[in-house]
Amino acid sequence: MSISVRAEDFDVGAEMAAMTKGRVDIGALVSFTGLVRDMAAGSEMVLEHYPGMTEKALASIETAAQDRWELQDCRIIHRYGPLDAGAQIVLVLTASPHRQAAFEAAAFIMDFLKSRAPFWKKEAGSGWVDAREADEDALDRWS
Amino acid sequence: MQVLYFAWMRERIGVPKEEVETSAETVAELVEELKSREPRYAAAFEDMAAVRVAVDQELVELTAPLEGVREVAFFPPMTGG
Repeated sequence: MSISVRAEDFDVGAEMAAMTKGRVDIGALVSFTGLVRDMAAGSEMVLEHYPGMTEKALASIETAAQDRWELQDCRIIHRYGPLDAGAQIVLVLTASPHRQAAFEAAAFIMDFLKSRAPFWKKEAGSGWVDAREADEDALDRWS
Repeated sequence: MQVLYFAWMRERIGVPKEEVETSAETVAELVEELKSREPRYAAAFEDMAAVRVAVDQELVELTAPLEGVREVAFFPPMTGG
């Protein structure tokens, strides 16, 4: 289980390879990548976060997923700072003996990350992005 | 205690953090105290439905007590991912 909050980009393939390296017990590896979308090419977004609380919030979401599903490993990478349209923002990897746990745990982690991890998006031009009610409602399915 | 502000709350108040001396017993009391100080606070805390709060880096409700607390943070609903 691990968390990385950083400005630098990530390599999805390398992260997946690192998770399965030297293991033969993992049956399912799910990967979710979030990208900067809906912005004009060449425009920029800035992601602000709350250093300290961000890591705690992500670790707590990861622990909740681990308590609920049989996970063999889990990794969350979330970037902050200036990001161009099309850039990778977030990566969630979940590994499990069977696919259902890996799929569900990755969806659970993303749903909670969206409205419980202290990140805020500001788009150049249009300003701070409003939270979507649908993101908050998405948590209901896990209660 | 240290009071931190993020996103548009930081912009409206004009500082990312500040040391606040207060006898407020709850987060809600602290908000009222700040609002009475200067218009920039009143503007930032105008719509409390749009404000989230963390005490010592844990999300809490406005009714949360402040006794022994070192850090309070105010920010809008989160938009990560």
